[in-house]
Amino acid sequence: MKNNLTQVTLSNGLKIYLKEIHTAPIISSWLWYRVGSRDEVPGRTGVSHWVEHMQFKGTEQFPASMLDKAISREGGTWNAFTYMDWTAYFETMPADKIDLALRLEADRMSNSRFEAEEVASERTVIISEREGNENEPLFILGEAIQQTAFRVHPYHHEVIGDMADLRTMRRDDLYHHYRTFYVPNNAVMAVAGDFDTQSMLAQIRELFEPIPGGSEPARLMRPEPPQNGEVRLAVEGPGATSYVQVCYRFPSAAHPDFFPLAVLDSLLAGPSNLNMFSGGISNKTSRLYRALVDKEYAVSVHGGAQATIDPFMYTITMTVHPKRKPEEALAALDREIQRVQHEKVTREEITRAIKQARALFAYGSENITNQAFWLGYAEMFADYGWFETYLDRLAGVTAKDIRRVANEYFRTQSRVVGTYIPLDGKTEW
Amino acid sequence: MVNQLNSLPGPDDIYRAVLPNGITVLTRSNFNSPSVVVAGYFDAGALFDTDEKLGLAEYTVAALMRGTKGNTFDEIYNALESVGASLGFNTGVHKSGFNGRSLAEDLPLLFDLLSEALTAPIFPKAEMEKLRAQLLTGLAIRAEDTGDMASMVFDQILFKGHPYSRPEDGYPETIQTIKRTDLVKFHREHYGPRGMVIAIVGAVKPENAVKQVERALGGWQAKGQREVPELPPLKTLKKTVSKHHRIKGKSQSDLVIGTNGPMRRDPEFMPASIGNNILGQFGMMGRIGDVVREKSGLAYYAYSSMNAGIGPGSWEVSAGVSPQNVKKASGLIVDELKRFVQEGISADELADTKANFIGRLPLSLESNGGIANALLNIERHNLGLDYYRRYADLVNEVTAEDVLSAARKFIDPDKLVIAFAGP
Repeated sequence: MKNNLTQVTLSNGLKIYLKEIHTAPIISSWLWYRVGSRDEVPGRTGVSHWVEHMQFKGTEQFPASMLDKAISREGGTWNAFTYMDWTAYFETMPADKIDLALRLEADRMSNSRFEAEEVASERTVIISEREGNENEPLFILGEAIQQTAFRVHPYHHEVIGDMADLRTMRRDDLYHHYRTFYVPNNAVMAVAGDFDTQSMLAQIRELFEPIPGGSEPARLMRPEPPQNGEVRLAVEGPGATSYVQVCYRFPSAAHPDFFPLAVLDSLLAGPSNLNMFSGGISNKTSRLYRALVDKEYAVSVHGGAQATIDPFMYTITMTVHPKRKPEEALAALDREIQRVQHEKVTREEITRAIKQARALFAYGSENITNQAFWLGYAEMFADYGWFETYLDRLAGVTAKDIRRVANEYFRTQSRVVGTYIPLDGKTEW
Repeated sequence: MVNQLNSLPGPDDIYRAVLPNGITVLTRSNFNSPSVVVAGYFDAGALFDTDEKLGLAEYTVAALMRGTKGNTFDEIYNALESVGASLGFNTGVHKSGFNGRSLAEDLPLLFDLLSEALTAPIFPKAEMEKLRAQLLTGLAIRAEDTGDMASMVFDQILFKGHPYSRPEDGYPETIQTIKRTDLVKFHREHYGPRGMVIAIVGAVKPENAVKQVERALGGWQAKGQREVPELPPLKTLKKTVSKHHRIKGKSQSDLVIGTNGPMRRDPEFMPASIGNNILGQFGMMGRIGDVVREKSGLAYYAYSSMNAGIGPGSWEVSAGVSPQNVKKASGLIVDELKRFVQEGISADELADTKANFIGRLPLSLESNGGIANALLNIERHNLGLDYYRRYADLVNEVTAEDVLSAARKFIDPDKLVIAFAGP
């Protein structure tokens, strides 16, 4: 046990991380499955997310009607998330009630019922969720960009799936996906909080070890071929506000270049906050804010890096100033990108980025749920060492590294530029 | 195992001090993480706005950090962001507030910037105009947001003729009329130490935290700080009023159905909160979620909420549904409200919600921000420093009859506001 952290793999392949934190009478338990929209083919897009919904619809032991009530009654909070690379379920409970969460997760790893009636009612719920997303200009734009940037790789579609598939997928498609990917050897369990490691481990063994391992799920191996030239697209929709998103291709989170890119992100657009349960900081003195918002090309600008298994995208989102055209905002952005490609950044800027990351880490560690989140999250694209050494690796970044990655990854030829064109024109003011 | 009751804030670990100029300081230490949260409020909300210049209170808070006697906008944010700290202001109807955080080592800096923003803003002309464009863009985006617009229309009908009917961020035409001199005047008349409350939670000792507030804001005096106006009486609904606010091109409509709710200090507050949890929160969004989402598959979200503050509150049910299902969903929701006031709640439902309220308390108080909000809540509503230690008893003493009579006092299923926005 190092830093109160224990890592064990059960005989069925389930990987366990335990971290004792005795600051509050709370335990947070997370179960991560290596399955997400990257594992979906056309016709079944959105299946991972739908399966996640069905995991709340009950087992023999925990019928739907009592499942959520049981957690709430004990004062717990629970939820689940489906992403491109993973699906995660968590419960944060008063420490003396965590047993319920562990029993529930062990049970629904293989015993969920997927009843036809429940599948039917959840179909319209998810369609409604998607319709809600479609109300948002940035969802419409983001979806168009993603499908353009990824012609071959399954990062091509949104996690929620295409409407065509949400209308036609059947119960057996869902159940087959569930049984294929929800096996202990395809999962990581991470528990943090107010417990004794040995007794927690014994309890987990008792509940999870009897679940037989399954065959290693087959993966789609469809790497995205190189992009040969900039692609621009436009989508139209209601509203009076234009948006521009510029997406550059980024390496996987496990790639060494992820760290100089994280520093570059911080000084271009303010630090991306990878914590799930604590907010970020403002970015009003980032280079892009000064060049775009302060100079009134945009009313806001944000940059976002995501930690993924396969190379994904770094997205810069600009809300265009009402007096400007999208192309003017884009030209102002390009001048800033060229600056980081041609001029060396200062040591002070790098030091500042590291301090920002240190502060965000500290905010994240106030919260046990967030600490438990990191134990498993890092494991989805690298390992917990990635998280533990993150600050040190940022500290090792040099100005030379930043210039190199700025030239290598922020290439016009391999980016996708998308514009949201509002159909209502300018507002009258 | 960590003791549950002692982990909740109480009189033995909340430190409260009142400075000579009227600022109340509440602090609680937490050395588990090297970070600190500073949050607070003061009497400069949208209640002071005229109809013609609605949005002035919000414009003013948004401009506080755009330049001060000592520093430019860029200098202020450079100091903050360089150490990974944050500080922001917000406005409600009664109060404006602030929220900041930093590593403990940077707390003095955070207080310096807070003090400058509160006491010495200069509202530079050029910055005002940049901000105006940002506020107007925000309003243009609001106009396209089905959830925001349904909620706005709901308030306009429910609180007709009352200040609560107005959106704090104003309207494009009111934001257009606001001048720099309006902000200067608003700041001069309404900003001051009287009524200000500050909570500091994190890796700092209480005496040190109070010293820092004294250093930064102890010398602040504001002559002529205006008194908060009285709220006018509220007109109640005579019948159900429905309104459809059209936003074309959207694939989903948002629906808000409800009526008035208790004030925070009303004796019905706790029974109504428990009732609300059963109605539209418990488990997967309570009875409303069960009927609208689970049984009918009509919505991704359908829940109820209560807004209980200084003045009359609201009690509302919200849902996002396909435009063709608005009527069906409304019908189901109104039926649930009827059942709620006719039949009340069962003993099992009551027991479940009591356990939920008591059990979830430590979770809501897990982070520094959660504790800071709790301390401000105690002060704003005069709940007593032992409130969170007494909380379980307050919950446990509520009966099913209390819940039913609170529900009947506020909810009349024949006098509702039904507001929806969408195509």
